[in-house]
Amino acid sequence: MGGIGGRRTTCDREMKMRRWTGVVAACGLALAAAAPLAGQAAEPFKDTLSIDRPQYPSTYRRRPNPPVVIRNATVMTAMGTELKNASILLQDGKIVAIGEVGSLPAGAQVIDGTGKFVTPGIIDTHSHMGVYAAPGTSAEQDGNEATNPVTAEVWAEHSIWPHDPQIPLAIAGGVTVAQILPGSANLIGGRSAVIRLVPARTVQELKYPGAAYGVKMACGENPKRVYQNRGPSTRMGNMAGYRGAFISAEQYRLKWDKWLKDRKGDPPARDLKMETLAGVLRGDIYVQNHCYRADEMAQMLDLAQEFGFKIRSFHHGIEAYKIADLLAKAGTAASVWSDWGGFKMEAYDEILENLALITQAGARGVLHTDSPDGIQRMNQDAAKAMYAGIRAGIPITRDQAIRWITANPAWVLGIDQQTGTLESGKTADVVLWSGDPFSVYSKAEKVWNDGWLVFDRLDKARQYKTDFNLGQTDPGVGR
Amino acid sequence: MRNRRVGGWADRRIGWVATGMALLGSQVTAQTIAITGGTVYPVSGPRIERGTVIIAGGKIVAVGANVAVPAGATVIDASGKWVTPGLIHANANAGGGVAGLFAYSEQSKQGDINPSFNLAEGIDPAAITIPVARTGGVTTGVLTPNGSFLPGVAVAIDLAGDHPEDMIARSPAALMLDMTDASKGAGGGARAGTLARIRQLFADAIEHDRRRLEFKRGATQEFSASPAELDALLPALRGAMPVFINANRRIDIANALKLAREYHLKLILGGAIEGWQVAAAIAAAKVPVVMEPNRDIPSFDGLGARLDNVTLLREAGVKVVIAQGDPGGERSLRYAAGNAVRNGVSWDDALKAITLWPAEAFGLGLYGSLEAGKVANVVIWSGDPFEFSSAAEKVFIRGRETSLRTRENELRDRYRTLPPAR
Repeated sequence: MGGIGGRRTTCDREMKMRRWTGVVAACGLALAAAAPLAGQAAEPFKDTLSIDRPQYPSTYRRRPNPPVVIRNATVMTAMGTELKNASILLQDGKIVAIGEVGSLPAGAQVIDGTGKFVTPGIIDTHSHMGVYAAPGTSAEQDGNEATNPVTAEVWAEHSIWPHDPQIPLAIAGGVTVAQILPGSANLIGGRSAVIRLVPARTVQELKYPGAAYGVKMACGENPKRVYQNRGPSTRMGNMAGYRGAFISAEQYRLKWDKWLKDRKGDPPARDLKMETLAGVLRGDIYVQNHCYRADEMAQMLDLAQEFGFKIRSFHHGIEAYKIADLLAKAGTAASVWSDWGGFKMEAYDEILENLALITQAGARGVLHTDSPDGIQRMNQDAAKAMYAGIRAGIPITRDQAIRWITANPAWVLGIDQQTGTLESGKTADVVLWSGDPFSVYSKAEKVWNDGWLVFDRLDKARQYKTDFNLGQTDPGVGR
Repeated sequence: MRNRRVGGWADRRIGWVATGMALLGSQVTAQTIAITGGTVYPVSGPRIERGTVIIAGGKIVAVGANVAVPAGATVIDASGKWVTPGLIHANANAGGGVAGLFAYSEQSKQGDINPSFNLAEGIDPAAITIPVARTGGVTTGVLTPNGSFLPGVAVAIDLAGDHPEDMIARSPAALMLDMTDASKGAGGGARAGTLARIRQLFADAIEHDRRRLEFKRGATQEFSASPAELDALLPALRGAMPVFINANRRIDIANALKLAREYHLKLILGGAIEGWQVAAAIAAAKVPVVMEPNRDIPSFDGLGARLDNVTLLREAGVKVVIAQGDPGGERSLRYAAGNAVRNGVSWDDALKAITLWPAEAFGLGLYGSLEAGKVANVVIWSGDPFEFSSAAEKVFIRGRETSLRTRENELRDRYRTLPPAR
C-alpha cells in the first residue's frame, strides 16, 4: 500500500492503542491484519473476542498520479518561509523537492505557476459534512445522538454519508482533510473521524489511515438546553456529568488493563461507551471540546487535570483570547472562527482579533468552520483574522496565518508528521491558487490530495460529482 | 452546527410606519466637509482620480476632479484612499434586536398574516451591532421581518442616530412575502396551496377596499384576514410599494413573476437560488434580485445552487443586489461583493450591487451614489473595499462622521495583555 511508510508515527500510536484497548481504526490493511497481536498467538481468547478483530478499518488507497512540477510560483510552506519564484515537485504521493527542483522525473507534468501561489492542503478540524449532509432533509440529521447526555459509544463514521454533495464543494476550496465530529447536543457526543476529501463509495474509503480518533465533548448552552428536562440543566450539571463518566471510565480502564496484562480468567465485559473514555484516559483518543466561554474552558482544563488527560483542542473558543496564556501552558489548541459571533449568549464576546491574540500568547490557533459553507473559503477567513490582527497592531505573519488552516489543524488531528506543511518527504496534499490566498479574488485552481489531482478548476473532468449530484444539480464550483 | 443554528436567513424580513424621508431637516447644523485627494467611485459615473467630495447640510453638494473647497470646510485628506458611497445591506439585522440573539430579535411577530407589522418602533439605536456594521462601511440597512409567509414590511434605516425616527430612510420600504419551502405550511403543506392563499388575500384586500361600507354592515362574505391586514396590502397592490418575494426554486421564481404580472406588483426577488435557470424571464420583467453570491449547497429548495448564479443573472441583464447571510454579519457585505467578483461578476457591477441597485430597488432615490443632492453617506477606505487587507477608515452618515469604536474593541483592549487590565 503506497505511502504508508511516512505515516509511521501515527500508526505507532494506533498500534499502541490497539494493544491496550483493541479498538482502533485501521492503519491500512496490511498493518491492521498483521501487526498488533504479533507474539500473542498463544494467548487465551485469541480471535474469539471482538476486541482482537479489525474495527472498521480504513480501506483508503492513494490514487496514482504522474509526477508534477509547479514552477515559478510563490510557495507558502507553513514552516516559516514564503518562497518566491520557487518550484515544487510532487511524486508518488510525496513532496520530493521544494525551492529548486533539479532534473525532472520521466513523464512529469510541468505547470507554470507564474503569479500563482502554492500552499499545503487545507485542513478543517470541525466539520459535520456527511453527518449533516445536504440536501438537509430530516433523513440526514445523523450528527447528534441526542438520547443521552453521554454517548461516547457512537462513532461519527457510522453516520457519514460519502455522497454528501457538500464534499466536492469543500474540495474546490482547497480542503484535503477534515475531522467529522458528532454534534454538540451531548456532554460527550461520540467519536470523530478524520477523512480525506476524495470520491468514495464507503466511509472506509475516506478514513485517513492511522489517524487517531477524537471524542467530541461539549460545554455550555447546548447540552443543558437539550437535556433541561432530565438533566443536566445547568453548567454545574454539565461538569458533574463529565466527572461521573470519567470516574466510571477509570474503573473500566483498570479492569481491562489488568486483564490485558496477562489475559487470565474471563475478560471483563466490553462497553463501547467506556472503551472510548478509557481511550481518552490512556491518551489514545483526542478530546475535541466544543467550549465557548473562557471560564468554562478553564473548568475543562481542570477536569482534564483531575483525570490525567489532555484536551487537544477547544472548538468554537469565542473567548479563547481571554485565557490564551492558560491554553499555551496546557498545550491545548483553540479552534475558532474569524468573525462569527453574537448568535447566542455564549458567543456574545466574539472579537475579530481572537486568533491573533491566541497566537501572540504562544498558544496554537486554528481556524475552523463548523460549516459546509465556510469550509469552502477557509483561506478567506484566515485572511480576515490575519488582517484584523495586523490592524490592531498584533504582528501576525503570513506564515502564522497560513498555519491556522494547515499545520496547526494537522497537529490537532495528530497527523502533523505526515501533512500540513510543504517540506520534502511530506504527503503531497497541495493546493495551487490562482493568486494570493489571502485575497478575496483568489481561487483554488488545482488540488492534489495525497498526490492525486482531485480537483482542477480548468478541467470539468476533474470536478467530482457525488451520486446525489448526478442528473439533478450542478456541482456549483463556478468559474 | 453552524448553518442549522442560524436557520434560513432568507426568511428574516420586516415592518410599517409613515413613509419617511423626513431626515435632512435636522441636519442643517452638520459641518461642511471636503474629502480631497482620494480615488472617488461615484458609482453613478466613472472613477475620479484625486477627486473631491463636498458634504454640507447632510448632503453631498459636489463631486468631481476640479471642485473648489469652500471656505471654512473641514478638509479630510484622502490621498491614496478609496472613496465610495456608503454600502446598503438589503438583508440587515443591525438594530433589530440584541446582537444576533434570536430570543431578543425584534424582526418577527407571531401569527402568519402580518402585512401590517412594521418593526420600525422596535429598532434600538444603541444596539451594539450598529457600529459593527459601520466598520464594514455599511451605512444603510434594509431590515426585513421574518417568521411567516407574510411577515410584515421591510424598513430601510441609516445606521446612526439617537432615535428610530432619526434613522428611517424609508418605511415601509417593501411588503415581504416568502414563497420558499419554509412557507409550504401556510398552504397546508403544498406550495400551490400557499400561492392560492396569497391570491385569496390579494383578492380580499381589493374587495374589502371596494366594499368597506357593506363590510361594516356585514353584507359581504368573510375575508381571509382582518381589515387592518388587508389594508396593509393595498400600497403593494397599487404599485406604490415594492413586494419583496423570497423564492428559490425555479418554479417558485416563475410563480412570483406570474403573481407580479397578475396583480401588477413592483417585484423584488430574494434568494433566487435557481435564478440562473430563469434569468431571461427575470431580466425581461426588469425585476431586481437580492441574493447571496456564495450559495451553492443543493437542497430541495434549490437543487441548482451554483456559485456563478449572480454572474449568470448579470449576463442576462438583471440588476442584482448582493446581500450576505449571517445575521449580524453586515460588516461582511463587502466581502460578499468581493466573492461575487471572484465568481465572475465585474468589479463595477459588484459595487453597484451593494450601493446603487439596492437604493433603486427599495425606493431610496437619494442613496447609493456620490452625486450632488444625495444623502451624504460616504466611506473612505484604505484600499479596495472588497479586500480583507482594506478597512473602512472613516464613515459618514447624513454628513456626519460616525464612530467606528465597537464593544469588540473594548474587549480586545482589555485582554490585549494577559492577565488582563482591570
